[in-house]
Amino acid sequence: MRRPRRGIAPVVLAAGALALVLLPLIGLAQRTPWSTIGSALRQHDALLALRLSLECSLGALALSAVLGLPLAWVLARYRFPGRSLARAFITLPMVVPPVVGGIALLYAFGRRGFAGRWLYAWTGWRLPFTAGGAILAEAFVAMPFLVITAEAAFRSVDRGSEEAASTLGASPSYRFRRVTLPAVAPSLAAGAALCWARALGEFGATITFAGNFPGTTQTMPLAIYINIESGNDGIALALSLVLLGVSLVVLVALRDRWLGVT
Amino acid sequence: MTLRARVMLTLGTLQLDVELVVSDAVVAVVGPNGAGKTTVLRALAGLVPIDGGRIAIDGRVVDDPAAGIRLPPQDRHVGVVFQEHRLFPNLTALENVAFGLRARGTPRAEARRQAAHWLERVGLPEVAHLRPRALSGGQAQRVALARALATEPAVVLLDEPLAAVDTAARAELRRLLRGELRRYPGARVIVTHDPVEAAALADEIVVLEGGRITQHGPLAEVTARPRSAWVATMVGLNLLAGTADGTTVALPSGQTLVSPTPSTGAVFAAFRPNAVTLHRHRPEGSARNTWPGHATELYPAGDRARVRVDGPVPLVAEVTASAVAELHLADGGPIWVSLKATEIDVYPA
Repeated sequence: MRRPRRGIAPVVLAAGALALVLLPLIGLAQRTPWSTIGSALRQHDALLALRLSLECSLGALALSAVLGLPLAWVLARYRFPGRSLARAFITLPMVVPPVVGGIALLYAFGRRGFAGRWLYAWTGWRLPFTAGGAILAEAFVAMPFLVITAEAAFRSVDRGSEEAASTLGASPSYRFRRVTLPAVAPSLAAGAALCWARALGEFGATITFAGNFPGTTQTMPLAIYINIESGNDGIALALSLVLLGVSLVVLVALRDRWLGVT
Repeated sequence: MTLRARVMLTLGTLQLDVELVVSDAVVAVVGPNGAGKTTVLRALAGLVPIDGGRIAIDGRVVDDPAAGIRLPPQDRHVGVVFQEHRLFPNLTALENVAFGLRARGTPRAEARRQAAHWLERVGLPEVAHLRPRALSGGQAQRVALARALATEPAVVLLDEPLAAVDTAARAELRRLLRGELRRYPGARVIVTHDPVEAAALADEIVVLEGGRITQHGPLAEVTARPRSAWVATMVGLNLLAGTADGTTVALPSGQTLVSPTPSTGAVFAAFRPNAVTLHRHRPEGSARNTWPGHATELYPAGDRARVRVDGPVPLVAEVTASAVAELHLADGGPIWVSLKATEIDVYPA
């Protein structure tokens, strides 16, 4: 049997693409001082960054869920003028360079920003250069990941089941809890994982809007940057590996959805 | 339990205006696809809003746009069996049946006890722990029936409950439906496009065509004296409309029909396909009820054959297999039709 002839050029280029992704990872693994990684992570700065990253990313996830899930619901289930515009705006942070997002946040929520001024006048809160600011910056960048996943899920829920539930006497909230939510739960979990992973790795918007203060706004990506700049490779590498590990865990958890593995 | 409804609404090109009164009899709403049957049912259940009219269940108004009343489905106490069971995929059969009771505040243990009783009643106690995915089409629809009846709704609405079930399971499901519907104390409405199903399950028929009721009445009356071409075709009768003067009925085509009973005014004339005789040449003798025509379609009907005849009086004739051969009906072509006057039923339009 004759095999169809396949060119060699695509294979070479494909290998190049894989190398582009794999070589840096190998570089990271190869330079890591595996024996001292534990002690590097136990250093004061590293511990601070780890804890802060965890708090801020979970805070950003919570903020994204509280605001983003209702938004996803409204986008999926309500018809109103400007809906597609709203949908376009919410995905904007996915394509805007995060540093631009940070500057935009500064001009809105900064002490002299129009919204920040009101916020300060009414509540005395200041967001820039605080952990709250870091949370806001991370949510700004990460929320779209939750919103678009959740919207697709809410949209694809079988309306027939919801109708059946209401004819059986289920109030809207009971119906949501027992019919809609179980149907979308896997998608919401996936969206939340993506959102959280994105928040965890956020750099540009955070450093621009929230600054880089150890213990208040210096999250892991910022700490990595500072440590590599100041020649403190040990901590930078150790923290990088932690972030890489988290990414891998999220990827594995979502492999059924994204890699077509069943 | 009485359901009184006038449903008026516009949905796409469909303009629906239907009046229904359902009390002791099981009512079947039948009609061709796109007649608005399912929409009527959805309006009764509160799943689509009505533009005009009024829906009252046992005297309680649940829908009256003019008065600003529109109760959501959960407050109407209407049970619905949908065409594609619509069981909740994440719940077991038992939990599905218990759902409505739980939603209405029945304690968990009591709801499960009643649900188990209902599963037994539809003959499926053994599937209680299974999820819908593990059920056959017929089983799923039986669970759906149990789920709808478990809350003891004032009105039960069934939307083509047999349509999505395979033929093998259909007879058994039909028998179950028939039994449960007969003994159910609430108002019962079943929507179907299948006259056999309507005949098996209902006492009264409402024929819906193009959003309007074209005929309603007891099953036997509707099937014996159809008032629309669709009903006539469904029950296998020929139907002609005309104007009677004595025993002569003038047909719109200019032909006349001689009937056994005198009447006056607009009438329908119905006759069975086997009352029609076909000839290759103009029959000798009596010229009554004899018309030329054109044999078009030929299809088998049991050990006989049915022939569609076009012409001034379009009709369907049923003939024997030997007549098909003798008259070369398979070739089609011009033909003569004669009809026995005594076989024609003429009734006011």
